[in-house]
Amino acid sequence: MIIVFFYFATRSIHAEELVAELSKDEVAITANFNGSDIFIYGAVKRDLAILPADKSEGPLEVVITVSGPLEKLQVRKKAKKTVIWMNSKTLEVDAAPSFYAVAATGNVTNIISETEDLRHKISIRKAIRSVGNPETIQDVNQFIDALIRIRQEQNLYQDLNNSVSLKDATLFTTDVTLPSNLVEGQYQIRIFLIRGGSIIDYFSTEVSINRVGIERFIYDLAHKSPLIYGLLSVFIAISAGWGASAAFRYIRL
Amino acid sequence: MQIYLPIAEMSVNAFLLLGLGGIVGILSGMFGVGGGFLMTPLLFFIGIPPAVAVGTEANQIVGSSVSGFLAHFKRKNVDIKMGLVLLVGGLVGAAIGIQIFALLREIGQVDLLVKLSYVIFLGIIGGLMFFESLRAIIRSKANHVRATRKKHGWIYALPFKSKFRKSGLYISVLPPLAVGFFVGILSAIMGVGGGFIMVPAMIYLLGMPTKVVVGTSLFQIIFVTAFTTIMHATTNFTVDMALAFLLLVGGVLGAQIGTRIGLKLKAEQLRILLSLIVIAVCLKIAGDLVLQPSDLFSLDKGLSH
Repeated sequence: MIIVFFYFATRSIHAEELVAELSKDEVAITANFNGSDIFIYGAVKRDLAILPADKSEGPLEVVITVSGPLEKLQVRKKAKKTVIWMNSKTLEVDAAPSFYAVAATGNVTNIISETEDLRHKISIRKAIRSVGNPETIQDVNQFIDALIRIRQEQNLYQDLNNSVSLKDATLFTTDVTLPSNLVEGQYQIRIFLIRGGSIIDYFSTEVSINRVGIERFIYDLAHKSPLIYGLLSVFIAISAGWGASAAFRYIRL
Repeated sequence: MQIYLPIAEMSVNAFLLLGLGGIVGILSGMFGVGGGFLMTPLLFFIGIPPAVAVGTEANQIVGSSVSGFLAHFKRKNVDIKMGLVLLVGGLVGAAIGIQIFALLREIGQVDLLVKLSYVIFLGIIGGLMFFESLRAIIRSKANHVRATRKKHGWIYALPFKSKFRKSGLYISVLPPLAVGFFVGILSAIMGVGGGFIMVPAMIYLLGMPTKVVVGTSLFQIIFVTAFTTIMHATTNFTVDMALAFLLLVGGVLGAQIGTRIGLKLKAEQLRILLSLIVIAVCLKIAGDLVLQPSDLFSLDKGLSH
């Protein structure tokens, strides 16, 4: 796996800058893909020692987010109609990340101010965009909570509080485990350097997660030539059925 | 050994899929049912998205039915002419079923439709078969005389009569067309071959001999599910070739074993066994609908209005 070194120019007036690196910049979904780990690490670069003014703003904190491609979703809630439980209300979610992990040196909601969270959509809650919902749904939050809970159960959303280790306010590392049920695409990785609830530096990069080999071939055929794919599926099924029948006849003789 | 399914977009244990295919394949061979009415709910249960489960199951049934069909064809237990009539009805039904499926998927009620259909059809068919078979067994034990089936007068009164030599019938083509049509709709919306409806309908409604019923239903199922597979692949992109293949490998082996077991059992025993399985699946799904679900919420992906 190629290791790419990321270097970036500071956009902050502060004297603290981020330098970060990933263990891999691409993940291949193969036939026996069973999840993957991404190791994210880096350092805080300073021209001078930590200034007392900086210290007074609070301790240095690091928040790292990994976000999969955004997708449109429907969250449905069942209700009892006479004797049967059926879907009765639907919340349309305009854009929810297919995967989202947020790792931090502490508790994300304590580390970062509400304004910064809203602006940069850092916590899981803020990363989900849902606007223009029908008036029939009074409690939108309940639906969003359910979405987060279901995805957390599938390890697709991960709240990784206290999982970034920061040494001497300089070196930081974290490990994010990608589950096997991933959607392919560009995964955005963002690293925030925070003091006193405000972001003092920010760095972003991407990891591309793609199918390769037979997985690539099947997926492309299914979407680009669906008729051929359908016919091929039927042909394989008939061959397998006939083959088994012939094999069994041979064994019996 | 985990395997990543390219269309379902998830990783599943390959041996689990082979095992599921094998067990359902044995039942498929024994009873001449595609096994879809068992496999589709099992796929939901292991987390395959419902739309992918339905589309892929159609594909798998093609293969397992070919395997079972050939075994019956060699024993000359297939009424090809009756099969063709059932098939014409089935193709029309499947084309309509695909449209109903797409419509209900849009409004988020496809789960309910599928489950209700299962409960209603499995309940009626399973109940009828169970009591009829029980009566037949009791009667044959008491009198040592084979029970003769009642002939339904109105079916013989319908026009467009044709001779079905293999089945020893001279009846109108309308009832088999209607049976095929109905089964075609179910094939598309429930991810089943429809054998569990067609087999009893052929026995009780059309009065076909049990011996040819299994092979003839498999003949119709092969072509209807092949058509359904292509329709799902081209309209919904929900056929997972890798998933279907694994289920098939287990399934075709199971079907061969099942066919041999089936030949050793008496027709009444076969029917009572099938009816018990049908009733069990029905009760399980009914329970899911009536009892409060552990999670009231569910997610649906990628449907745009």
